[in-house]
Amino acid sequence: MAVPPASIPASGFSRLIRWIDYRLPFVALLEHDLVEYPTPKNLTYWWNFGSLAGIFLVIMIVTGVVLAMHYTPHADLAFDSVERIMRDVNYGWLLRYIHMNGASMFFLIVYIHLFRGLYYGSYKYPRELLWILGVVILLLMIATAFMGYVLPWGQMSYWAATVITNLFSAIPLVGNKIVTLLWGGFTVGNPTLNRFFSLHYLLPFVIVAVVGLHLVALHQHGSNNPLGIDMRGPQDSIPFHPYHTIKDSFGLCVALLVFAFFVFYAPNFAASADNYIPANPMVTPNHIVPEWYLLPYYAILRSITFDFLGIPSKLLGVLLSLGSLVILFFVPWLDTSRVRSARFRPVYRWVAWILPIDVIALGYVGSQPPAGFVVTLGQIATFYYYLHFLILMPLIGKLERPRPLPISIGTAVLEASGGLGAAGPAERH
Amino acid sequence: MAKHALAILVVAALGLTFAGGARAQEEAPPVPHQQWPFEGVFGTYDRAALQRGFQVYKEVCSVCHPVKHLYYRDLEELGYSEDQVKGIAAQAQVTDGPNDQGEMFQRPARPSDPIPGPFPNDQAARVANNGALPPDLSLITKAREGGSDYVYAILTGFKDAPGGFKMNPNMYYDEYFAGHQIGMPPPLSPDQVKFADGSPSTVPQMAHDVVSFLSWAAEPTLDERHRMGFKVFLFLIVATGVFYAAKRKIWSRVH
Repeated sequence: MAVPPASIPASGFSRLIRWIDYRLPFVALLEHDLVEYPTPKNLTYWWNFGSLAGIFLVIMIVTGVVLAMHYTPHADLAFDSVERIMRDVNYGWLLRYIHMNGASMFFLIVYIHLFRGLYYGSYKYPRELLWILGVVILLLMIATAFMGYVLPWGQMSYWAATVITNLFSAIPLVGNKIVTLLWGGFTVGNPTLNRFFSLHYLLPFVIVAVVGLHLVALHQHGSNNPLGIDMRGPQDSIPFHPYHTIKDSFGLCVALLVFAFFVFYAPNFAASADNYIPANPMVTPNHIVPEWYLLPYYAILRSITFDFLGIPSKLLGVLLSLGSLVILFFVPWLDTSRVRSARFRPVYRWVAWILPIDVIALGYVGSQPPAGFVVTLGQIATFYYYLHFLILMPLIGKLERPRPLPISIGTAVLEASGGLGAAGPAERH
Repeated sequence: MAKHALAILVVAALGLTFAGGARAQEEAPPVPHQQWPFEGVFGTYDRAALQRGFQVYKEVCSVCHPVKHLYYRDLEELGYSEDQVKGIAAQAQVTDGPNDQGEMFQRPARPSDPIPGPFPNDQAARVANNGALPPDLSLITKAREGGSDYVYAILTGFKDAPGGFKMNPNMYYDEYFAGHQIGMPPPLSPDQVKFADGSPSTVPQMAHDVVSFLSWAAEPTLDERHRMGFKVFLFLIVATGVFYAAKRKIWSRVH
């Protein structure tokens, strides 16, 4: 690996750095990936959400580790131990509210990050594996968040665990065996809580590992950008430091302002009142509703009210709900357009915006009791979700005529700022 | 498109949170909003109201409802002195032991004891209340949609059942309770308690005070949270400004 450049005077400290780097290129790695790392000079604030997500992952792990020091994973004690944290542990209320609202914030950030990737075609050659690792992170996050929600052992914890684990019983032949295995018994109970706690502590570190791979894959070809064209040379790029260290710091402050509002002034905004009632297997809450970030999947699950081609409605609901995430793995190949950025795709740029509206409609459906119009809306929105990925994405890529792409990032930036660069001959990919 | 689109997405996502947060309370009218001094960014508990509310809880509610998560020592936060809290605790007897004879014994409660409930277990509570279980009140304002407003509405919502409404035995009509039939008899009546500070013992006054107390019981760290939040906001606003200025300066080399 590289040694520090000779221009640095060989003080005692830099000699020490050099000694270490020769054996373990840690400082060189930081230099390479956090300082020199070339980024396209035209990145917008949409590109803030990746590092932001990373920071919130760290916030979740740090608060989670401390909370685990005070939490008791036992069906008879868990609820009271959480209240104990809220009342008697020094700043326990702060830790818990950060952890609770941090989950919402983490998902909000990741969903924006994901949409950014969809809009600007960040999943296309050569970033397919980068995208797939991102989807793996999302799946791990969902599993982790679900199991974390069970830990306070309130009414919604208990019944969410019951409903979601019961989904596995839809699997033919082995379904019921799998459910018993998940429960560690014949109903949701203390063994379930114990294994969920164990896994809730484990999975975040698996996420850290996959985030590491996500970053390695990112740094292999660098960030995509709003134009979706490759960097052609040094004139198109700027070093990560100081440009993105400062921009990400500013973005972090804005995100923390939003976060602080919820933590300090509306900490139970997204929480269910039922979860402040201790778990009671004898009383089912009126509406069992998951946290907001899982509502769209829940809506798809409940939208399938009919058997289809001999597949029972429950199994089909589970398959389509899970499929709504699995389908993301195939996006790099479902999108047939060679142009990355929706900015140059006159049809797709609108279709790309309909998808989040559709997902929000699904979220609304998931939050409501399944009756009347809500069911129909859920079915239409589910149909459209799959239509988007399976039909529109491949078809638009084939039929649409993209607008001409700029020659390079550098010229486009100069044009945009009304600068010197005369518009060069447009180039089509 | 970037900035507008981002705004739309954030608003939409927050809307989704709304949709998730707001769940319909079936069969009951929406609860009217009350003025609480602990609302808003600078909201704090009114210590005098909390003490009156504790008095209402002690003399009325505690006959049936426990506050499992409260300890006597917590009452110092209502503005009582250490000695006053010792005095309040000593009025109750709690079981301790075993002693060196191997026997359980009764002793006056100490500030370090949890406030004991009226019944030894849920079954005893049901037997004494026509089969209904009076819920624990220490989290009640967080454990119901509508929070403090809802609890106030229940306490003041007792009415005669409208003509034709069929009541089950041992049930009472409450406008704001889901299904309108509640197992709790109207707990508050005028002049039921005598407030030391001379506040009038009307039903709305007692209900407001006891809900204030229960709101504190559910969220005793609210005052500290609001104070800290204000400092955090000041810090973050300054930091945001500084980082934004630095960002502009550094990026001026690129643009």
